[in-house]
Amino acid sequence: MSEQLGPVNLLYSDVETDLRDAVRRMLADRSPWPAVLERMETDKPYDDAVWRGLVELGATGLAVPEEFGGAGATFREVAVAMEELGRSVAPTPYLGSAVLATAAVLALPQSTGGVLEALAEGTVMALAVPLGTAPGADPPLTVSAERGSLTGTVRNVADAGSAQTLLVPVVEADGAALYRVDAAAGELTSAPTMDLTRRLATLSLDAAAGERLVGGDEAMAAVRGALTVGAAMLASEQLGLAERCLEMTVEHLKSRHQFGRPIGSFQALKHRVAQVWVSVAQARAVARNAADRLAALGPAADEAVIAAAVAQAHCSGVAVRAAEECVQLHGGIGFTWEHPAHLYLKRARSDALAFGTADRHRSLLAQLVDLPIG
Amino acid sequence: MVDASELLRRVEAFLADHDPGTTDRLDFLHARFDAGLAWVAYPEGLGGLGAPRSLQRVVDEAFARAGAPTNRPESIGIGLGMAAPTILRFGTPEQQRRWLRPLWTGEEVWCQLFSEPGAGSDLAGLGTRAVPEDRDGERVWIVTGQKVWTSMAHRARWAILLTRTDPDLPKHQGITYFVCEMTDPGVQVRPLRQITGEAEFNEVFLDGAQIPDVHRLGDVGDGWRVAQGTLMNERVAIGGSVAIDREQGPIGVLTRLWRDRAELRRPGLHGELMTSWVQAEAVRLTSDLFRQQLATGHPGPEGASIKLAFAKLNQEVSSLVLEVLGEEGLSYGDYEMRRPERVDLFGPSPGYNYLRARGNSIEGGTSEILLNIIAERVLGLPQEPRVDKDVPWKDLAK
Repeated sequence: MSEQLGPVNLLYSDVETDLRDAVRRMLADRSPWPAVLERMETDKPYDDAVWRGLVELGATGLAVPEEFGGAGATFREVAVAMEELGRSVAPTPYLGSAVLATAAVLALPQSTGGVLEALAEGTVMALAVPLGTAPGADPPLTVSAERGSLTGTVRNVADAGSAQTLLVPVVEADGAALYRVDAAAGELTSAPTMDLTRRLATLSLDAAAGERLVGGDEAMAAVRGALTVGAAMLASEQLGLAERCLEMTVEHLKSRHQFGRPIGSFQALKHRVAQVWVSVAQARAVARNAADRLAALGPAADEAVIAAAVAQAHCSGVAVRAAEECVQLHGGIGFTWEHPAHLYLKRARSDALAFGTADRHRSLLAQLVDLPIG
Repeated sequence: MVDASELLRRVEAFLADHDPGTTDRLDFLHARFDAGLAWVAYPEGLGGLGAPRSLQRVVDEAFARAGAPTNRPESIGIGLGMAAPTILRFGTPEQQRRWLRPLWTGEEVWCQLFSEPGAGSDLAGLGTRAVPEDRDGERVWIVTGQKVWTSMAHRARWAILLTRTDPDLPKHQGITYFVCEMTDPGVQVRPLRQITGEAEFNEVFLDGAQIPDVHRLGDVGDGWRVAQGTLMNERVAIGGSVAIDREQGPIGVLTRLWRDRAELRRPGLHGELMTSWVQAEAVRLTSDLFRQQLATGHPGPEGASIKLAFAKLNQEVSSLVLEVLGEEGLSYGDYEMRRPERVDLFGPSPGYNYLRARGNSIEGGTSEILLNIIAERVLGLPQEPRVDKDVPWKDLAK
């Protein structure tokens, strides 16, 4: 197979660079890492001020068309915001709301009763699909709906704790459907997670009232598309996270002295960070490719699905390795609670599981590009 | 400045006067050079028009469409990519007029005499001596030493040569850059047989070779700075290569094998296959990103990673092909000593590909040195303490 893949734009536009600067400034101001560290053990790890900051910058409605009050941008721009959120490990419901819920709603016919408008205004929503689900296969439907009444349980719903509205895929008498449920109508219980900066909750619905948005194939297509978008956008979070880990590590190697010289002058350590840099450079290329293909072709296109799977298969390992090297090359201080390295390590390790592990993405690719296992 | 449409107009006018179908190949190339349509970024009178470098493609494509003869750039890469930019930047007007035209047309082939058996990664430690002598009132340099890894030396008329002219200075300071005539009786070329059985490269022995002082490039003792210019051009030339498609190159050999030979597929190899496939995409997209940056005139440091990543990928993939082949991988085409004109890195046989790929992380800067360069120049990490920095070259341990 040797196909021409069409013009792919892997560079950042001026608008994207401006957006990055604005998001980075806001996060530096409202979510410096000591604040993240302080909040994350409380029962309110997500700071409303950070979310408001994202809303004020228009970052939460980037992918929402202008006619619904959004920025009319694409998932290329959303990816830039995700890079910055990864750099700062800020606890926000951005993945759940601005990525997953938004992608699901964008896939619906547009008569969806103000959902897009609400997203653009900054209403936090969550898509009730367990984190850990890989694109490429339909998630099991564990909630049933009968005459507008929903019953069932969904575990590991990302960002549900701060959502006002839940989008719930269900099984009905004649197939699948997607419902909108007021968060207050369900019960949320959260168990401890490795990554305290991204909270997961188990959603229990017991004859909860819901509004049917769409049914049948369109509902499942919306969920599948959202998972592809989630996988692609998470690659940019992983990129930003890895890049920040590398920066912290390099700063430490320049300033820390042992044996009478900066430890960054030892070749054994130089080569390790240089290898991380090489893999981060590649992570940027695959993450930008995934965002660009998504923006150009939509989440159902084969090329967009392939690009998202390549991005996850590659970036998951890059982020984990960058965070692990950050801990190791910081030595003892990197193993302490008071240093931010563990925030990045925990996010990176959890991200690598969030939309299916790298091996699942490789298996998906094997199907998509006709390289069967046997 | 000359723009794309003006260039196309000139190509058209040139083709009207020089029918590619009936004009002698060399006549055509001479005329193209003289019309400034050879390398358009070069100055007028030296084969160019002072146009932006990015417009070269426009001209090359226009000539290709007309079926015009080329200067066969693939076989004169060292001249075009390394010698010419150095001559342009450091050469005298006489040197530029003498050398650039036959270099571009391919009438005179160039090679590079830099590496030595004792100076590989540490090129500045080179020991080939050049000593000045007075011959009938003219200054000539007598050169003695040994160079290695010289491709095309057996075809070359000229070489760019690094020598040590002052062993009493620290290593970077006592170096002088020359152009050496390969037909000099003091120059002896021997093929260097390599791991694959063939000989792409040569050893070059310099035993009293004579170089007139007018063939010096740059000042005496300034050779290291001149060489940095040459090596920078090598990197630009490598980084500026064209876009590649998915599954082009060694990964395509592997995927074709997997698809075409179902009986060879084993579950235990499938994970490695897909890991390599993803890695090939990552490397392809990274070079695409770098190419897009170059096109905007703002190349990022990504270029430094590309050669490193390609070397690793080629090595892994060519090894995996042998694993997939299993028993068939035991055979090898033949080890007959040949002198290939062009290197096909993804070519002839799986065994050859595996062996040739081992060189990818050594040639053109070892992967270890490239990692040092990334660490020091991109990430800004401090150098190792340099024990040889202020020591006269003659006193260094060798």
